[in-house]
Amino acid sequence: MRSALDIARDVRSGATTAESEMATSLAAIRAKNDELNVFLFIDEEGAIDAARRVDERVTRGEDVGALAGVPIALKDNLCQTGVPTTAGSKILNGWRPPYSATVVERVLGAGAVPMGKTNMDEFAMGSSTETSAFGPTRNPLNVERVPGGSSGGSASAVAADMTPISLGSDTGGSIRQPAALCGLVGVKPTYGLVSRYGLIAFASSLDQIGPFAKNVADAAALLEVIAGHDPMDSTSLPEPSPSLLAHVNDGIAGARVGLVRELFDGADDEVVAEVERAASALRDAGATIVELSVPELHLGLSAYYLIAPAEASSNLARYDGVRYGLRVDAEDVAAMNEATRTAGFGAEVKRRIMLGTYALSAGYYDAYYGQALKVRTQLIDAFRRAYRVADVLLGATAPSVAFALGEKTADPMAMYLSDVFTIPTNLAGDAAISVPFGTGHDGLPIGVQLLGPGRSEAGLFAAARVLELADGRS
Amino acid sequence: MTVRDGWEMVVGLEVHTELKTTTKMFCGCANEFGSEPNTNVCPVCLGLPGSLPVLNVRAVDLAMAIGFALHSTIAFSTFHRKNYFYPDMPKDFQISQYDLPINSGGYLDLPDGSRVTIERAHLEEDTGKSTHLGGSGRIHGADRSLVDYNRSGVPLVEIVSGPDIRSSAQARAYASELRGILIATGASDGRMEEGSMRIDANVSVRKPGDPLGTRCEIKNLNSLRSLQRAIDFEALRQVDLIEGGARVRQETRHWDENLGETSTMRTKEEAEDYRYFREPDLVDLIPDLDWQERVRVGLGAMPAERRATLLARLSGPAPAQLDALEVVVDLGFDAFVLAATDAGVEPSLALARAANELAAGSDDIARLTTDAFTLTLTMEQRGDLSATQAKTVLLELLAHGGDPRAIATAKGFEQLSSDSLGETVATLITEHPDEWARYRDGDEKLAQFFIGQVMKLTKGQANGKAVVAQLQRLR
Repeated sequence: MRSALDIARDVRSGATTAESEMATSLAAIRAKNDELNVFLFIDEEGAIDAARRVDERVTRGEDVGALAGVPIALKDNLCQTGVPTTAGSKILNGWRPPYSATVVERVLGAGAVPMGKTNMDEFAMGSSTETSAFGPTRNPLNVERVPGGSSGGSASAVAADMTPISLGSDTGGSIRQPAALCGLVGVKPTYGLVSRYGLIAFASSLDQIGPFAKNVADAAALLEVIAGHDPMDSTSLPEPSPSLLAHVNDGIAGARVGLVRELFDGADDEVVAEVERAASALRDAGATIVELSVPELHLGLSAYYLIAPAEASSNLARYDGVRYGLRVDAEDVAAMNEATRTAGFGAEVKRRIMLGTYALSAGYYDAYYGQALKVRTQLIDAFRRAYRVADVLLGATAPSVAFALGEKTADPMAMYLSDVFTIPTNLAGDAAISVPFGTGHDGLPIGVQLLGPGRSEAGLFAAARVLELADGRS
Repeated sequence: MTVRDGWEMVVGLEVHTELKTTTKMFCGCANEFGSEPNTNVCPVCLGLPGSLPVLNVRAVDLAMAIGFALHSTIAFSTFHRKNYFYPDMPKDFQISQYDLPINSGGYLDLPDGSRVTIERAHLEEDTGKSTHLGGSGRIHGADRSLVDYNRSGVPLVEIVSGPDIRSSAQARAYASELRGILIATGASDGRMEEGSMRIDANVSVRKPGDPLGTRCEIKNLNSLRSLQRAIDFEALRQVDLIEGGARVRQETRHWDENLGETSTMRTKEEAEDYRYFREPDLVDLIPDLDWQERVRVGLGAMPAERRATLLARLSGPAPAQLDALEVVVDLGFDAFVLAATDAGVEPSLALARAANELAAGSDDIARLTTDAFTLTLTMEQRGDLSATQAKTVLLELLAHGGDPRAIATAKGFEQLSSDSLGETVATLITEHPDEWARYRDGDEKLAQFFIGQVMKLTKGQANGKAVVAQLQRLR
């Protein structure tokens, strides 16, 4: 499939039409969706409408936008008016939001054509898309393996050439880890850079929406469209969207790259080897490599598994059967709440709600949630110190290549460790990007991770572009 | 007044007041009482998945205004989530303030000279409203429950007093004075019958000098009368328990207005663990000094000060005048009384007209200017209008606005205007020089003669006092 920027250029020039690009995408989705289980809902009518509107605007000579006629897949935790939205959970089965997320409005405004909603771990709680109530998604590169998660559907949509770009959300690595496992570029933007309005919350202080793409430039273009202040989100940064695409080829000469031991310690040897090769590539492009140790990063995982479930236990309270989604009737309201939640939530969601409820309970708050907040502050300070000696940090995205379906479902701790390198960025509210670099066993892709302080996206894209070129990708 | 000889009650009040903003606390829906159920709702106040709150700055203005009026410290504050399940709470948590409220400390002085300390006055959102039908009529055991989310997300300020109140009468005076302040700040319309001010009372009893006893909290008292009755009942219930050898159990109690008694809602053991934590969807609320100053400067005088200003214009006020003064302050009609008395109208007359005629038409008060009120009362005092006619003019002004003189003319009161009455009297003097000479020499009886002549000419419409005033002016 051609890149998003190529499609948009040709749609704007009239060399192709949005409708034909949409038809190509739809055909690919239809051909592969049964096997891969990528889309939970294929929005054929909506896609045709959106594509025709773009073509009409092109005919009228209007400025159609940066993503003119580009098919896009949306993770199923992004609300879109009238389109079924489940967040991968039975408890929202059949719900159609009466409003659209800000990011959905923005991609539509830029001329993109949403093709439907993609599979995900239930309420984004998982690292393999196996906790979805609607069955797992398979990795298009090897269907016996997971695509990663929680945004596994959005990653697979791009990896399977169903759409050139997609949107996911990243609370602890849910964009970067599937990007690594599917051989894609995936970005976790600075907290507040992209509006969360209309993103079904998992952990509000950690969630960020971000792009998947086959290449760095497409990812930068998509992030540029969705970023920028939104008055509907109080945590949205006040600035307008930054200029990203224009800086993709800025290079990395003169930059200091911190190779952080804690960001690849414990990863498979083949992954460590690629991280080291990436360091060499950056050095060859003119960067200085600084070897760093940031021991506080080891605390990230345990702090995360208190903070994220605590917020989730409150965010998911509203699924009580009263107003929308599933309702299981019982003799009174409290019993109905309980029966609905028992039937509607899967095991991983229940585990995290219980964990979070416990961490916030009177008598335990200080020892668990309160302590986790202190650790989070320490981690933020540790990153701040690291960014005094380095402009960009380098490490692995995931400890291994894509693992087999079912391999980790019985062992939550093993699954949680998939995100050990990605979680610290979410806790710090900083930016990070995963870019494909080399392959491991069975030809499966490996992703390396570039991390930067808040609002450093332009620099991260430039560094990622250096690696993309060094790895022989155009 | 004690609860029973040898006993003292200790009461603290939590007053929830709905803020009179145009829109709700975290979304753009109308904050309006009495709309069709579930019409003032949107994704945010329905707590739909993905929706996010954005703080209404006007609610913060009003919360700070309350803080200034209660001599509180206004400071850096944060929002927390108070987590519990209830069908009329769409997110199953309430956004409130916890350890860092916008207003902390302060006090409220009551008309009897006592002072009640204020612990805090914090912002929070209201819930929807449930109606339980059939069966028990309460949430457990009803056949059906209906929920109206129009009230969901309406901004509230909760004002928490210290445990300083020692009688139900003092509790009532506190609530009444606080209500006056809430109206004066523009924060609330003070309509308890519409639920815009709801009170929880914490009540305990002890022997004077003993440490505090175990308290019970009576929920949702929505009139001053209920407040006073519920506290009296509850304090006596606790004294009876203790005198009977039992102990007071800490619990939340429900007041039944018809039975006139409180009953257990839930015990301390059944109390919820609210699992408060910082609301991650909102940022810290930091009202800078400029913002605080804008609110402070915009505040008018509070009821106590306004009462004193009006009182200073009365000499040895009668009880009826004190009552009228309360009504005037309560309704915020001070400006009418002050303008009229500044222009020479008797304070007692201005107070009476404001507390009766204006109070009766208070919904239409926006149509009445202080000038029109002053002119009407001046005409009445001068005798151009009788009392009945002046009241008619005021009613007309409230109903349609306009100019009092034009109204008087249109109503056929014009022959009684001071000019025409003056002419009538002058003519009579010319026609009756002997009578006029005797009157001028001090024969007051002749006043009756002239009054009779004027009445004959005006078919009884004239005001005797006004005739005498004209005669005296010409003498």
